[in-house]
Amino acid sequence: MSTDKNLLSKLAAGDKHGEDSPYFDGWKAYDNNPFHPTHNPQGVIQMGLAENQLCSDLIKEWIKANPHASICTADGVDSFSDIAVFQDYHGLKQFRQAIAAFMGRARGGRASFEAERVVMSGGATGANETLMFCLADPGDAFLIPTPYYAAFDRDLRWRTGVKIIPVECNSSNNFQVTKQALESTYLKFQETGIKIKGLILANPSNPLGTTLDRETLETIVSFINDKQIHLVCDEIYAATAFAEPRFTSVAEIIRDMDHVNRDLIHIVYSLSKDMGLPGFRVGVVYSYNDAVVSCARRMSSFGLVSSQTQSFLAAMLSDQRFVDSFLVEVSKRVAKRHRMFTEGLKEMGISCLRSNAGLFVLMDLRQMLKDQTFESEMALWRVIINKVKINVSPGSSFHCSEPGWFRVCFANMDEDTLRIGLERIKDFVLGERDNKNCNNKKENKKRKSFQKNLKLSFSSMMYDEHVRSPRLMSPHSPLLRT
Amino acid sequence: MKHLSTKVTSNAHGQDSSYFLGWEEYEKNPYDEIKNPNGIIQMGLAENQLCFDLIETWLAKNPDAAGLKKDGHSIFKELALFQDYHGLPEFKKALAEFMEEIRGNRVTFDPRKIVLAAGSTSANETLMFCLAEPGDAFLLPTPYYPGFDRDLKWRTGAEIVPIHCSSSNGFQITESALQQAYQQAQKLDLKVKGVLVTNPSNPLGTMLTRKELNLLVDFITSKNIHLISDEIYSGTVFGFEHFVSVMDVLKDKKLENSEVSKRVHVVYSLSKDLGLPGFRVGAIYSNDEMVVSAATKMSSFGLVSSQTQYLLSALLSDKKFTSTYLDENQKRLKIRQKQLVSGLEAAGVTCLKSNAGLFCWVDMRHLLDTNTFEAELELWKKIVYEVKLNISPGSSCHCTEPGWFRVCFANMSEDTLDLAMERLKEYVESTDSRRVISKSSHERIKSLRKRTVSNWVFRVSWTDRVPDER
Repeated sequence: MSTDKNLLSKLAAGDKHGEDSPYFDGWKAYDNNPFHPTHNPQGVIQMGLAENQLCSDLIKEWIKANPHASICTADGVDSFSDIAVFQDYHGLKQFRQAIAAFMGRARGGRASFEAERVVMSGGATGANETLMFCLADPGDAFLIPTPYYAAFDRDLRWRTGVKIIPVECNSSNNFQVTKQALESTYLKFQETGIKIKGLILANPSNPLGTTLDRETLETIVSFINDKQIHLVCDEIYAATAFAEPRFTSVAEIIRDMDHVNRDLIHIVYSLSKDMGLPGFRVGVVYSYNDAVVSCARRMSSFGLVSSQTQSFLAAMLSDQRFVDSFLVEVSKRVAKRHRMFTEGLKEMGISCLRSNAGLFVLMDLRQMLKDQTFESEMALWRVIINKVKINVSPGSSFHCSEPGWFRVCFANMDEDTLRIGLERIKDFVLGERDNKNCNNKKENKKRKSFQKNLKLSFSSMMYDEHVRSPRLMSPHSPLLRT
Repeated sequence: MKHLSTKVTSNAHGQDSSYFLGWEEYEKNPYDEIKNPNGIIQMGLAENQLCFDLIETWLAKNPDAAGLKKDGHSIFKELALFQDYHGLPEFKKALAEFMEEIRGNRVTFDPRKIVLAAGSTSANETLMFCLAEPGDAFLLPTPYYPGFDRDLKWRTGAEIVPIHCSSSNGFQITESALQQAYQQAQKLDLKVKGVLVTNPSNPLGTMLTRKELNLLVDFITSKNIHLISDEIYSGTVFGFEHFVSVMDVLKDKKLENSEVSKRVHVVYSLSKDLGLPGFRVGAIYSNDEMVVSAATKMSSFGLVSSQTQYLLSALLSDKKFTSTYLDENQKRLKIRQKQLVSGLEAAGVTCLKSNAGLFCWVDMRHLLDTNTFEAELELWKKIVYEVKLNISPGSSCHCTEPGWFRVCFANMSEDTLDLAMERLKEYVESTDSRRVISKSSHERIKSLRKRTVSNWVFRVSWTDRVPDER
C-alpha cells in the first residue's frame, strides 16, 4: 500500500528536506561499517561529523563536583517539581542570565549580552528556522556566502518557503566574502524582482574554519545597513577560535558603529559546538530587534529547551571559574588537534585552507582530481569513502564554487583514531602519487589493490548511474550539525 | 516593522486574546498561602501537580538514571553527543509501552512509528506541516484548547473550521455537526484535510464515546481525509469506564492495516499524565511511513533533550513504577475532581459530568446577566478581579454558548482548592441576593442573542508573560 501523495502536504511528500542528496552516501558507508579500534579496525572512520568531543571530561568533573545541579540527585531533587512544571517560554531566569554571561565570556568579554534578549530554540537548527519565519515571508530571499553549511538548505528554506541566494566566494582570496561579490549578487537578483530580506552567514565559518576579520565584518555590516536588510550571524563556533585573527562577534562591531540600524542585527548561538552538547538541544536567538525577540519567543514554544537541561546549565554556566577555565581549554585542545592534523597532512604534501577556528579543516585535493569538475570531485570522494575508508564531506555539498575541497573533522574522535585516519590518507596519497609516477615512467611497481582500482575508478565510477541515485536516509541523521 | 515577516506583525499567534488577561492579572497578584493570601488563585492552568512525590521517590531509588549512568558507568558523553532525530531507542520503546499500558494493553504501538517532538505543541504543528498546505483546513469540535489557534495555524498557514457542539447533548460530536462544518469549509473555499480531536477533551474533561469515535472514523473514511487524535490526557481518566482510544476503535472495526489507518494519527505528551511540561516531551504516532519520515526530519527543529530522554526511558521502563503511578494518579485526580465538584455544588454551580482531564467544564450560565458573550466576559472579569480566581472563559475555547468556564483542580493544594471554593460560594451568595433573575441554575434568558466570539476578544497590551500551558 503506497501512500497517496495527494493526501499529504507538499512538504511531506517532496524532497526539499534535502536528505536524498548523494552527500549522505558517506554517512551510510560509515553506519554500515563504523570504525572501532578493536572490534572493527578496518571500518570507516567518521571525519564528516563536526562534533566537539575534546572537553567532555571537564564537564563530567564539574557534574561530579556539583550534584545540586541535577534535579534528580538527592542534592537537587527538592527543585524537581518546580523545574518539571516550568514551561514558561521566557525560560528560567537563571538560565537566560547564565547563557548571556557565557556568550560574553566566549567572546573574551569583548561584548556583553542582555538576558532579556536571550530566546530559546531547538538548537541552532531551530534558531535559524525561527529567524527566517520572523524576518521573511515565503518567496523572500536571503543571501549567503558560499561555501556554507549543507543543512542550511533545509533549515532556512524547507518549511519557511524562503529562498537562498548564494554569494560566491573562491579560493583566490581564501574564500573571503567581498563587497563586490555582495553588491553584484544583490543587484543581479534584485533585478529579477525577488525580495531580498537579508544576509546570513556563519562566523566562524563552517566549512572554512576561518573567522571574519574586523574589516570584513564592518564591510558586511555597512552593506546590510546600506540596503536596510537583515544580518543573521550564526556564531555557533565562537569559542573554537584558537589563533589570530581572534574571533570578533558582530556584537562588538555594532557597538562601535553608531549609525547602524540595530533592528537589523540578529545572532544565532548554541552550546552544541563550543561545549560539545548537541544532544541537549540548546539554541539561542539573540536579536537587537524587540519585535523579533517578542515573536521569536512566542515561536520558541515549538522548541523550548527542556527545563531539566536549563536548570543544569544555569548552574554550570553560572560557575564563572569553570566557564573561564573551560573556554581556555577548548581553545587549547582544538588548536592542538588542528596542528596535529594539518601538520600530518602537510608532511604528505596536502595543504588545507589556513584556518583558525572550527572543528574541521578544508583539505585541498584539487591536484588529485582527474579534471576540475564536480563529477571528478564526487568520484574522488567515493574513493575516499569506499577505499580509504574515511567519511569526509565534499565541497559540493557545501555549495563550494570550486571542485576539489573536502571538509575533514578532527575533534570527534580520540587522538589514536585521528592518527589512523592520517595514516590512511597518507597511504592513499602516496599510493596515488606512485600511481601517477608509475604511469608517467611506465614502471612495473607492485601496487596495493585499491590503487589499481583508483586508476580505474575515475572512469568507471564517475558516470555510475547507480551511485547517483538517491539513497536511503542514514539512520544517524547527518543533517544535524555536520 | 515593514522589514519583518507577516508572522511578526499579525496576531495569528493568538496571544492577544482575553484568555491571557487572566494570566496577566494572576502574574501581578499571585496567591500565596503565607505571603499573599488575598492574591489570585490560579485555576486556569491545566497542570498535574498531584504525583511528584512518586517520581521523586523513584529518583531516590534509581541513582543511575538520575546521575546519567548506566550500570554504574557514566554515559554523560554519549548522551551529550546524541542528537539523532530518531530518538533514543530505549526511550521510544518505553514510551510505546507506556502508551499501551494506558490503553489497558488492548492495542500495540510500534516504536518505529513514533516521532518525538518538543511537546505536543510541536507535535501538532509538525503534523499540520505534513498534512496540510497553507490555506487547507482542519475541522475541530468546539470548545477546543485555545493554543490550537497558534499551534495549528500560525506558521503553517492552515485554517481551523469549527464543528459546533452544544450543551444539549453534553457537547458530543454529531453527524450533522460534522457535515455542517465540512460544508462550511467548502463555502469558504477551504480544502478540508482532516479532523482534529482532543480525547479526552480539553476543556470538557470528557472522553469521546465509542459512538463518536466510530462516527469520526466513518466520516474520515468517506471523505478520504485525516484524523488526528490528541490523546495528551489519556492517562488522566479516573472514571469507571476505561479510556477508549481511536486505536481501539480501529482495532474493533478491523481497520488496523487498512488505508484508513494510515490517515489516523495520534499525538501524545508527558506534560499532563506525568506532570512534566517543562521537559518538553511530545510524540506523533502514525501508521503512514511518509508522515513518520517527514515528521522525523522536521523534529530536528525541536528534538527532546537527550538528558531528558535518558531519564524518562529509565523511569518508564520500570513497569512497577508505571503501573503504580497510573493507578495513584487516577485515584488522586478522582478525589480532587470530586472536591471541586462538591465545592461548586455548594455554591449552586454545576458542571459537565466528566471523568478525565485536570479540569471541569463549569456551567455558570445562570450567573450571567444576559445570555451573551459580553455578559460572559463581564462575569469572568468579576471572577478574576473580585473573586480572585483565574479561570478560563468558554469564549476563549471557541464555545458557541456563553456561560461555560474551564476550572482546573490539579495544580494547587487541597487547601487552596477549598479556599477557592469558599470564595466562589461567597460571591455567588452575595450575587444571588442582588439578582433579580430566578435562582434556578438551569433557567436561561429567553432573548438569545448570538454573537461571534471575535466581537468580544479584546486586545490588551500584552507583555508576553504567557506560559505555554493547556
